Amino acid sequence: MILENLRIALSAVRGNAMRSILTTLGIIIGVAAVIAVVSIVQGLNFLISSRLQGVGVTFIRVEARPDPFDPDLAGREVTLTYEDGLAVMDKVPTLRYFNPLFFRSERAGYGDRSLTVFLMGVGPYYQELNNHWVERGRFFSQLDLDRHAHVCMIGTSVIEELRLDSNPIGREITVGGGTFTVVGVMEKQGEVFGRDNDKLVLIPITTARDLYGERSFRQILLEFQAKTPEVVELAKDQITDVLRARHGLPEGTKNDFWVALQSELLETTGSILGTITWVIGAVVGIALVVGGIGIMNIMLVSVTERTREIGVRKAMGARRGDILVQFLIEAITLSLLGGIVGVLLGWGLGILGAKAIPGFPAAHVPLWAVGLGFGFAGLVGVISGTYPAYKAATLDPIDALRYE
Amino acid sequence: MLIEIRDLRKVYQMGTEEVRALDGVDLQVAAGEYLAIMGPSGSGKSTLMNLIGCLDTPSSGEYVLNGRRVSGLDDAELAHIRNKEIGFVFQTFNLLARTSALANVELPLIYGRVALKKRHLRARDALVQVGLGDRVRHTPSELSGGQRQRVAVARALVNRPSILLADEPTGNLDSRTSEEIMALFDELNRAGNTIVLVTHEEDIAHHAGRVIRLLDGRIVADQAQKRGGR
Repeated sequence: MILENLRIALSAVRGNAMRSILTTLGIIIGVAAVIAVVSIVQGLNFLISSRLQGVGVTFIRVEARPDPFDPDLAGREVTLTYEDGLAVMDKVPTLRYFNPLFFRSERAGYGDRSLTVFLMGVGPYYQELNNHWVERGRFFSQLDLDRHAHVCMIGTSVIEELRLDSNPIGREITVGGGTFTVVGVMEKQGEVFGRDNDKLVLIPITTARDLYGERSFRQILLEFQAKTPEVVELAKDQITDVLRARHGLPEGTKNDFWVALQSELLETTGSILGTITWVIGAVVGIALVVGGIGIMNIMLVSVTERTREIGVRKAMGARRGDILVQFLIEAITLSLLGGIVGVLLGWGLGILGAKAIPGFPAAHVPLWAVGLGFGFAGLVGVISGTYPAYKAATLDPIDALRYE
Repeated sequence: MLIEIRDLRKVYQMGTEEVRALDGVDLQVAAGEYLAIMGPSGSGKSTLMNLIGCLDTPSSGEYVLNGRRVSGLDDAELAHIRNKEIGFVFQTFNLLARTSALANVELPLIYGRVALKKRHLRARDALVQVGLGDRVRHTPSELSGGQRQRVAVARALVNRPSILLADEPTGNLDSRTSEEIMALFDELNRAGNTIVLVTHEEDIAHHAGRVIRLLDGRIVADQAQKRGGR
């Protein structure tokens, strides 16, 4: 009987192909939006958490926060220096690693080729703190730092673009004003938001300071790793105390730096993604309501058009339940077809979106999102089909047969 | 008796006015009879046909069909009786468009919950019986008026009902095709089918073995007649 009704429904939908497509447009848009948004949000989420989670919950980042509108800081130059970091490391026992981070764009050259790279001056614990490791050769040591050595680690894209050999270890490249010996190649990171993270040159922070001078080093990033997840909050307070003392901030004033924990960094991005999801969710809800009204409307038209048919079916022995199920299945079929088209369309949009944003991970549509899309579509079908189906089922057979 | 009707009444409320569509009808029809119901429009013949066909329920009175008291049954039970006991043939054929002759004939079997394979066989048999064995895949739009009415007759017969109930079955057909359809009815009656025919054409009523005439909701004549036509 269900199969029979499905056949009837499909032939009714086929018989009014254009009308069916227009009717299900609302459902198609709604479901496509669900799928596209979920796939893109999932991608973003994956992207951001994979960047941050590799580092772990013990990660702490300190930034200088020069706020031109803060009266407490007005007229003062905000600083955050390598020495600040060393002092924190010296005085805070809950920390395991410290890495200073200075960065800027710079030209790198080899032979007659040159390239703009992302130059970072870092400490020996860069790898641990950024979960980004040397792949070939070696990372530099405390000794390199102490000697202000002209050695560097490079990213894979630098090898390609500068046409260094397959084994670039030992080659000398120019970076900014200096010449550096390549001692290691960093593992590939890929692109994020269109930025190639492998156009990278790492040099000792001390060498960078020689190269760019004290002025450039008044504000750098400081990265720390706490010894255990339990002491992260304590470490944050201790770092704050040390830095406030070093910066001579009087009681009651605001910090001129920002100590960010990984959980906070994740929360920020998570809440942005959450907001996006809710806004789109509301749009989807409206599209589905409109789609549902469209289906109810067309089902009412269909019931009126087929009043005669309903009369004939009743004369042939169809019960109210048979007619009810027939039209309900037709409504659900209509909305599920819309759901199928919507899923495919949304998937396509997700893939296109992922392609359009370089470095975005390949679109991934989780099964639950497809299920959600179909579930919504089916639900809309049931809700919007019930009234027309009830109307059809309760038609008087004589009136229905007489209907012109 | 196949049909036993006693003092059947049907009253409609038209605004403030009461319309007595049927005003105390008594009627007995034996199995195998060929009965024509005649009367001018408004005489109540459509109402009587709807009641016999279990499409409607009477205001009062008794209707016993094939030993079962029909007056007072609910919608689902009436649907069941329509499915098993009644085969309808309409003036406008009332076939489902864009649906093959076979699928149209299968309709009563679907609602009778007959299994798919059996359904196909029985529907095909019924189409063969009305002379359309070579037209099973055709849709109504590919068939002539006479052929369409034959499909409708096959559909009415397929569940082997107690009564074949035909409402002006030739009303939309030309006279030659009408004769063909009436010959088919004659043949079906000879094979033992009970036929109740509603018509206002004397020519058509002439095929029946018995004619009742209605006027203002009452039977005013009930006569056996020598069968004409052929």
